[in-house]
Amino acid sequence: MCETKQKTQATPKVATGDRAILPEGAKTIPVYIMGKKYEVPETLTIMKAMEFAGFHFLRGAGCRGGICGACPTVYRMAGDYKLHFGLACQTVVQADMYLAQIPFFPANRADYSIEEIGGLPEAIHALYPELFRCVACNQCTKACPMDVDVLGYISALKQGNIEKAAKLSFDCIQCGLCASRCMGEIPQYHAAQLARRIYGRYILPNAEHLKTRVEAIEAGHYDAMLAELEQMSKEDLEKKYVEREREPDFAEVGSWSPAETKYL
Amino acid sequence: MKISYYPGCTLKTKAKNLDIAAVASLEALGVEVEEIDRWNCCGAVHSLTADDLIHQVGPVRNLIRAKEMGAEKLITLCSMCYNTLARANQIMKTDPVKRDTINRFMDEEIDYNGEVEVVHYLSFLKEAIGWEKLKQQVKVPLTGLKIGSYYGCTLQRPAEVGIEPFGHFELMNDMFRSLGATVMGFADADKCCGSYQVLSSAPGENSASANIINTAAGQGIEALATSCPLCEFNLGKQQQQMLDKGNIEQNVPTYYFSQLLAVALGLDSELCHFELNDRQSLTLLENKNYLVAA
Repeated sequence: MCETKQKTQATPKVATGDRAILPEGAKTIPVYIMGKKYEVPETLTIMKAMEFAGFHFLRGAGCRGGICGACPTVYRMAGDYKLHFGLACQTVVQADMYLAQIPFFPANRADYSIEEIGGLPEAIHALYPELFRCVACNQCTKACPMDVDVLGYISALKQGNIEKAAKLSFDCIQCGLCASRCMGEIPQYHAAQLARRIYGRYILPNAEHLKTRVEAIEAGHYDAMLAELEQMSKEDLEKKYVEREREPDFAEVGSWSPAETKYL
Repeated sequence: MKISYYPGCTLKTKAKNLDIAAVASLEALGVEVEEIDRWNCCGAVHSLTADDLIHQVGPVRNLIRAKEMGAEKLITLCSMCYNTLARANQIMKTDPVKRDTINRFMDEEIDYNGEVEVVHYLSFLKEAIGWEKLKQQVKVPLTGLKIGSYYGCTLQRPAEVGIEPFGHFELMNDMFRSLGATVMGFADADKCCGSYQVLSSAPGENSASANIINTAAGQGIEALATSCPLCEFNLGKQQQQMLDKGNIEQNVPTYYFSQLLAVALGLDSELCHFELNDRQSLTLLENKNYLVAA
């Protein structure tokens, strides 16, 4: 996951690139990373604090925007028995945090063809029979850094309610912290993803406008436009991009149409 | 009148015929049924191990959901859900040490001290509607239907949570009398259906359920009624295979009590989902001319 490249700096310096940029006069606080004490500037996220301390992320870091689910973190606070969970790229360090990254937690994903399994809940039950090992301890929900009602969607799956499971699990970023805490050893997030796929494939109606557009694309309606773009020089392309017509933000639906209509 | 309702997972999947007919019947009787929010599995089987409290967490969490909704009573109708919910509730009411441990473990929830009463659908029917009033609401009397009330194990065991004392089957019997059926005494009314043994025996080879069907047939019972999806699986869904293998001599169509209630109340038979029962079940009702258009 990560390796220490240098020892804790005695006097914090301003860092650049993927390293933390430290405001002048910033205070430092003590944190414990995998059991070792480091002084890191307050206000940094856990991820930046670890990088400040000299750790270098090869895996277990992705978008740094709280969406990709690559940097789940588990921590405790000094003097408190409770476990806390978060994303390292989103959670700000506090004094006396005891930190470790859980960049990946093994959770087996069932093999299936969405076209073959059909849209019934029994398909999910057959691929993930572990669902029925749930004892409703709710540790999954407590561990979720996205505040997803994990127990709620697992229960919905057992109840055969795929739509409810798909909607409850919509914010899941598949970080795996739920699976790391499950006493029933359920790979919750994989089951939820299957529910959302079945919901999209078999339950939600198809979007008519999308169908029309795909047909137009497949019929070659846009080929000439693409060819035109491909032949342009980089400078012309940039100019075209900068000068493009753009719908104003928050324009009322149906209130705007471009002046140039030949591509419509 | 409004009542909080816990359905249970099986009632939303394999035993929709138990759930939908029951809810529709109560609504036809003027009761508004409110399914509790965010419910989870009841636990299915009560854990008898004294220190195995994790298996009480599931049922207690459902009772907390009911308490949060301000419910004084929570009705349920699956025998197994009733049993696990009522027994977990018993622990929360009577055992302060276990109650405290469970409440502390569920520190994200409000404390629960057994405030909600778990009531079986049949008990609720008697208390809230009453047999006389039910009788007046019957549109299609089940005249001439020789019915056996089959309680199985978990409605009456243990006695502390039983819907009525051992050897008494009056709740279901009285309901069927109100519906105009001929209630037959049934010697095997509280015999075990074979429960999960069906998983380890070949299809149709579960002797416990075969014996029950044979006893019923021998007593001249035409139809059996249950409130348990596992009993229905063993007695109803396995029936054709028991017959094919020669383990029973004749069919005794097996129903959820709620399906026959809905039929007698004149509700649309589609609400009863007879397609989920053994094929003989629908045939018997058609032959008896009970399935009038709604």
